[in-house]
Amino acid sequence: MLRQIEGSKAVAAAVAACRPQVVCAYPITPQTHIVEAIGAMAKSGELTGCRFINVESEFAAMSVAIGASATGARAYTATASQGLLFMIEAVYNAAGLGLPVVMTLANRAIGAPINIWNDHSDAMAVRDSGWVQLFAESNQEATDLHVQAFRLAEELSLPVMVCMDGYVLTHCTERVDVPTQQQVDAFLPPYQPRQALDPADPVTIGAMVGPEAFTEVRYLAHAKQLQALARIRDVADEFGEAFGRRSGGLLRTYRAEDAEVVVVALGSILGTIKDAVDELRDRGARVGVVGITSFRPFPLDAVHEAIGVAPRVVVVERAFSIGFGGVLSTDVALAIADAKARVSTVVAGLGGRAVSEASLIAVVEDAIAGRLEALRFLDLDQRAVERELARMAGDRRSGPSAENLLRDTSTVASGSV
Amino acid sequence: MSVRVEVSGLERAAARTVPARFQVRFHGRGGQGVVTAAELLSVAAFIEGRFAQAFPTFGSERAGAPVAAFCRISDTEIRTRAPVAAPDALVVQDATLLHQVDLFSGFGPGGYLLINTEQSFDDLGLGELVAGFSRDHLATVAATRLAQEHLGRPVPNAALLGGLAALSAVVSLESVLTAIRERFSGRVAEGNAAAAAAAYRVVTDEQEEVAAHAASD
Amino acid sequence: MTTTQKVKFYQVGSFAVGNRLLEADQRTVQSDASRSNSLTSGHRACQGCGEALGARYVLDAAMRATAGKLVAVNATGCLEVFTTPYPETSWQLPWLHSLFGNAAAVATGVAAALEAQNRSDIRVIAQAGDGGTVDIGFGCLSGMFERNDDVLFVCYDNEAYMNTGVQRSGATPPAARTATTEAVGPDPGNLFGQGKDLPVLAMAHGICYVATATVADLHDLESKVERAMAFRGARYLHVLVPCPLGWGSAPADTIRVARLAQETGLFPVFEAEHGAVTAASAIRHRVPVEDYLRLQGRFGHLFDGSGAVARPDIVGRLQQLADRNIDRYHLLEGGAS
Repeated sequence: MLRQIEGSKAVAAAVAACRPQVVCAYPITPQTHIVEAIGAMAKSGELTGCRFINVESEFAAMSVAIGASATGARAYTATASQGLLFMIEAVYNAAGLGLPVVMTLANRAIGAPINIWNDHSDAMAVRDSGWVQLFAESNQEATDLHVQAFRLAEELSLPVMVCMDGYVLTHCTERVDVPTQQQVDAFLPPYQPRQALDPADPVTIGAMVGPEAFTEVRYLAHAKQLQALARIRDVADEFGEAFGRRSGGLLRTYRAEDAEVVVVALGSILGTIKDAVDELRDRGARVGVVGITSFRPFPLDAVHEAIGVAPRVVVVERAFSIGFGGVLSTDVALAIADAKARVSTVVAGLGGRAVSEASLIAVVEDAIAGRLEALRFLDLDQRAVERELARMAGDRRSGPSAENLLRDTSTVASGSV
Repeated sequence: MSVRVEVSGLERAAARTVPARFQVRFHGRGGQGVVTAAELLSVAAFIEGRFAQAFPTFGSERAGAPVAAFCRISDTEIRTRAPVAAPDALVVQDATLLHQVDLFSGFGPGGYLLINTEQSFDDLGLGELVAGFSRDHLATVAATRLAQEHLGRPVPNAALLGGLAALSAVVSLESVLTAIRERFSGRVAEGNAAAAAAAYRVVTDEQEEVAAHAASD
Repeated sequence: MTTTQKVKFYQVGSFAVGNRLLEADQRTVQSDASRSNSLTSGHRACQGCGEALGARYVLDAAMRATAGKLVAVNATGCLEVFTTPYPETSWQLPWLHSLFGNAAAVATGVAAALEAQNRSDIRVIAQAGDGGTVDIGFGCLSGMFERNDDVLFVCYDNEAYMNTGVQRSGATPPAARTATTEAVGPDPGNLFGQGKDLPVLAMAHGICYVATATVADLHDLESKVERAMAFRGARYLHVLVPCPLGWGSAPADTIRVARLAQETGLFPVFEAEHGAVTAASAIRHRVPVEDYLRLQGRFGHLFDGSGAVARPDIVGRLQQLADRNIDRYHLLEGGAS
């Protein structure tokens, strides 16, 4: 049903339609509207057959989901940033145990310094955990991906996280075709667990595995994720047939066929990138976009094919590996290692900094002109950084850097655009 | 491509041409319903079958702090999520921001400007700024007073939406009222609706005067 | 030539010697050949392990009380490790091990799933050592209590992190030697801190049933498990389980040491409902704390070579702790609350 709705609420409606049996959550900005909405539905009776549990920490949230899923119930939770880190032990545990928990990750920067706004550092922190990580480009896709996620997770016995940009998507009101209960019921069958705690057929789950078998267990998880590459595509196709729209899959390209510069990115920034690319195309530049949806498993072959023979690749990412460089870029570079393309990393939008079409256009034009270095921080206030470096060099007791920079830049919050 | 929108308002029936893409930026302070204003505008556009996107600036939120929110309206799917850098319409919910914050960044002479105030543009020190603007693109309305009157609370956002509908015709008053009644209920819905309708009337009257003057010049 | 052997006969109901003197309905679950053996033989626990004993007692009693409809959630620790040596398991009931600090939360999830599936006839037990309960598991445990989730949480308290090599936990008694509180310096062993009295903390949450027990009194422990399973909601059982390795006691002394812990007053045995003590096990023969401490190498630095108390100051303070418990729970007066 077509609705003008806040992203969080659309996701909540989709999750509710998936008939979760246990929903457990701990509040953290910017995920709060999602769990509040589901909680209200459970409390009012609109959502039946669901136990909604307010837990005392994110660690508890994922743990409750683990217990529930191991008992054969469809389990869901949501978090972001610091909360994800607080539950990280349990995140790895869920994947290791092969439990099909679905979680919304409302992407938010990780502190210190504390920052409640959007970037991808949280998702990147758990990219090796064995979870499937799908990134939504729009609220429509975020909504749809949750429906696909339950199906994928339960088929593969793997947990799946749907990444949606905090605030940018969660708090954005836009048109979404919210799946109806009938549509979801037709697409998502009841959960049939591979393993379940049941007195009628007792099993031991979670035993220690020593050096003699650990590698094999880990390899199986890897094999499952590689299987997932095909399933992610298939489920997206099946979703397309059932719902009449494209959502999910491994990646999507935009005007990339004859591109000389290919811009690669994850998440909502792709929308802004596409507008920028249209403008560049109007100016005669041959630019295209590869928007990756499945970050884990990383679709090496699909990325290789999508980028093709484009000589320049600009990876715009909302995260980076401190002291090293890009995160997504590294994966992309691996995918096209045999090609002759030059890959540049553009780190943009950290901590919620807005990314404009103008900045993107400028950076792509730099790429075309051969002026784009291997690693660039978009819209970096070079002077402020240099001032702080000089301060640190001149005085042992130079004080907390973050506070110094804030004083230096001293922007009026929410007044300037 | 433009869209003809029939404005069958309370006092006049006129057709305005609204561009296929229209971007509005709202400025105010935390607690004044700036974010809700943008959302309601997006709902009104949705009701008219258009694509719309509404979101706030993301900065530290506390009551009294400057807040901005954006609404994009379009006939085609909206992809960008960048803040509105070049607004077609600027709605200022709190005039005390005028000389504190750079509200007019990216705002050109072709745009619509609606300010919540009981003063004139000259009194506000904006005479020079608006001199280059088309007079039928400018309006002031005492939205806070109207809200106090009709709603019993000094939250000017609904009234300003009524004013914006009258000034720019980007959405009809009817759509604004429907959006208000969907979001709120009971006395709050009716109070907001009344404030919006009243502001619509005020701005419509003002625009008719402007048109009359222009015709007689 | 005749030899005499001192034999004590105890009254039925308190010091019963053997179950054959008891009516069938008074016999323990353990005496029943058809007991569930939920924790069956073949596990790798140390000789004389109090926790293996306690867990077997608790689970078989719980299985009896629930007609076998039970799921167990286990925290990381000795119990989890010695019962599941890859590729074997000694568990004969549905059993889940997740992490160290989350047993209570995982159990909450299991209970929630069962409720959502309309299978609340199946009950949930969470079990953890003292570390997984009072330290790293405390947040989740408190959350479970606060929400009154339908879980019986059992803490097997051997008073240190044994599985990782005997390190001090929040439950380690003062003066005890552990690998992180060595018996060296002017204050040998664990420092005298505030302690963390989990049963009292559980009572402070007002939950419907809290009890303490030891492996020395099988009847008492089994009846408490049975009583606990008669309630719905969050429940807590704290079982003292001596660890020969970590305590430096003889494996054959495990039950004896547990009994002495109770009879000194250092480990009060009682029951509480909704925050108020309802019953306490009276001390039959009061024992001075040194008789208990002397059996354990972890308190060896308090004695000299001949077994005489070498640190009367420390032993005295420990005696004060015992005296306080005796007062508090009226352990010499028949155990009234």
